[in-house]
Amino acid sequence: MNGVTVHHFDAIIVGAGGAGLMAALQTSALANVAVLSKLYPTRSHTGSAQGGIGAALGNLEEDHWVWHMFDTVKGGDYLSDQDAVEILCRDAIETVYELEHRGLPFNRTPEGKIDQRRFGGHTRNFGEAPVRRACYAADRTGHMILQTLYQQCIKAQVNFYNEFHVLDLLLSEGRAAGVVAREIESGDLHVFQSKAVIIATGGYGRAFRVTSNALAGTGDGVAMAYHAGIPLEDVEFYQFHPTGMYRMGILITEGARGEGAILLNGQGERFMERYAPTLKDLAPRDLTSRCIYTEIREGRGINGQDYVYLDLTHLGRDVVETKLPDITEFVRVYFGIDPVVAPIPVQPTAHYAMGGIPTDLDGRVVIDEKNTPLPGLYAAGECACVSVHGANRLGTNSLVDLIVFGRRAGIDALRYSHASELPPLPADAADRARAEIEHFLTGESAEPVSAVREELRTTMMDLASVLRTGEGLTECLSRIGQLRERYRRTRPGDRGRTFNTDLQETLEVGNLIDISEVLVTSALARTESRGAHYREDYPQRNDQEWLKHTLAYQRDGKIELRYKPVSITRFEPKARTY
Amino acid sequence: MEQPRRAVKLKIERFNPDVDLAPHDETYAVGADPSDRVLDLLNQIKWYQDGTLTFRRSCAQGICGSDAMRINGRNRLACKVLVKNMGDEITIRPLLGLTVIKDLVVDLKPFFAHYAEVLPYLINDERPPATERLQSPEERARYDDTTKCILCAACTTACPPFWANGKFVGPASIVNAHRFIFDSRDHGAAERLAILNERWGVWRCRVVFNCTDACPRGIAVTDAIAQCKRAILTENV
Repeated sequence: MNGVTVHHFDAIIVGAGGAGLMAALQTSALANVAVLSKLYPTRSHTGSAQGGIGAALGNLEEDHWVWHMFDTVKGGDYLSDQDAVEILCRDAIETVYELEHRGLPFNRTPEGKIDQRRFGGHTRNFGEAPVRRACYAADRTGHMILQTLYQQCIKAQVNFYNEFHVLDLLLSEGRAAGVVAREIESGDLHVFQSKAVIIATGGYGRAFRVTSNALAGTGDGVAMAYHAGIPLEDVEFYQFHPTGMYRMGILITEGARGEGAILLNGQGERFMERYAPTLKDLAPRDLTSRCIYTEIREGRGINGQDYVYLDLTHLGRDVVETKLPDITEFVRVYFGIDPVVAPIPVQPTAHYAMGGIPTDLDGRVVIDEKNTPLPGLYAAGECACVSVHGANRLGTNSLVDLIVFGRRAGIDALRYSHASELPPLPADAADRARAEIEHFLTGESAEPVSAVREELRTTMMDLASVLRTGEGLTECLSRIGQLRERYRRTRPGDRGRTFNTDLQETLEVGNLIDISEVLVTSALARTESRGAHYREDYPQRNDQEWLKHTLAYQRDGKIELRYKPVSITRFEPKARTY
Repeated sequence: MEQPRRAVKLKIERFNPDVDLAPHDETYAVGADPSDRVLDLLNQIKWYQDGTLTFRRSCAQGICGSDAMRINGRNRLACKVLVKNMGDEITIRPLLGLTVIKDLVVDLKPFFAHYAEVLPYLINDERPPATERLQSPEERARYDDTTKCILCAACTTACPPFWANGKFVGPASIVNAHRFIFDSRDHGAAERLAILNERWGVWRCRVVFNCTDACPRGIAVTDAIAQCKRAILTENV
């Protein structure tokens, strides 16, 4: 292959966050494995997770994984596949212990056990009252998990290809065959040929103007699978975290409300008491975000503006500074406010993708309504849809998801790679990527790519975020079509070879446009409200017609939607009140 | 609530290995909002004035460690430096002590190689219990400070002994060794202290305090290094 270096591995892992590193730890000792990431691993977005990892250890009060399962299923508004949720909640316990054995520095109880705290949506006895289930390490649990897993990968001598931007997924003979990647430093193209490919590239929050997501969160792995003909599942379900710092998107962890913080509107009212009498400020995120949007829309924002207050002032300096040190610093540094004595301006913020690449319980990517696996292809973490989170994710469940399903995908990929041969690679494997790069490095630019990107983000925030209507979504789709045309006529300012991040950002915008189109198309078709997907024109949940998962296929330049059933085992769908 | 943007000049050290023989300064004029950080201004330049300006960044909230650089002569994370606290001219240069690849991007491979040298992972070959290993809150607090490290390289690249000779493992490596040496669950203290006791280990430290000054996470780096020195000398952790 001309000018392209070809590498051979048993398994390739794309993405070096919690899920990718966990998969690496399962595979590295026994197979020839490489981890590819466009960032240095410890830069991954897992490191920003603050609040905790949910597991029914029962260290401070009685707890059971079945209660955790119920909370997760109900939190998912009954769209979660219950067979997957059972595994998530059962395996969470031993997996948290495994993390501790690997060195994770959890906070401790006086007896020396892993400390746990309350978190939104987590209850004892099927909704009776909040329960202490979130295992935490100060307010930087994600940072600790990422560091610990990376340390363990150093110990296991995992092969890392850092700052390699994966562009295309290669399939051959109906199975996974590898990936095409651009080495960011040199600009060279590489083909990584392998038996198994595990996609663990995270979410796509950068599609929205106000987001907690890192600039790297552009859905590259999700888009790559979609381009290869894999359907995307439940993309319309996108979570808006209720308490992002006003205009900055930096999250104030739900753990703050777990410690007792409350939300106040412009009238000084603790408004969540009205909407969620039992859980109040510990209601799940989708509900809380809608409540905040409603308060703002009805003129009860602070000074009539588009934010409310998160009030920690009654918690005391000690609690705020020892239990929530990182968010205290954020607020002091960026707002010049001391949260010990003043409330924090917050607004709903694009945070988490419940949807993504569909997988079965072992992380194998499935490509139709019958859950047929595509041999050798895996996905785990935020980019995957198992589906454990259904229509809305509970806090602390993402870190569990990474660890449990990252591990399962790694175990099955190992099994698969031992039992199979390297598939043949077509001679033109790198051609599409090369042509795309050539397109963007040649010719005049009609406008800065940033202009197209920022307009996409504003459009998505205005028309496809917390509150949606059929009219708004239709308008949004039309604008996305126009933005795609404008995008094809943009060019990066940097046309060089070495470390061209302008080209990289340009390629990433293409992924955001494609995923946004899938999101809005799926949302427009779903004429009900469920979890994080709220239609003002269809405000009720409709189990009769819509208790099913969306699958969106790219077919001849159009999006084709199909649906598949939800796995229901223990908990019959009920009305979701808190 | 819209406030007028303040005119700020950014003088940035540029170097494009494909065309330049040596680095050179270029100055850009930008408009700064009160809540802007230096990273926001860098993005403004890259996105709307000069797409060739190259720098690492990701989380934009001071946790990933991607955007460490010299801002007005001090190592800072660009996403944590509020422009409103700075004057009308800001000078930006890449970190020292590591080879510049392009503009503000430096070669981190030696930095991560030193990190791996100090065995930065839990060493405990005993069979773990079925549940968690116990650790008291006091034992946990003992090494809390050094768990905060985000491997941004601000400390190591602020260190004069490291500038003098890149074979020194550097403050960040010692911080991450400390994190395990003083973790009650770890059994590798002697092994790591032996590594730190070698020629390019802790004894290169001249107690300059640049590292502590540079750390965006507020880690008492010099103190952590001192604790390692003391542990070597007293043979006691």
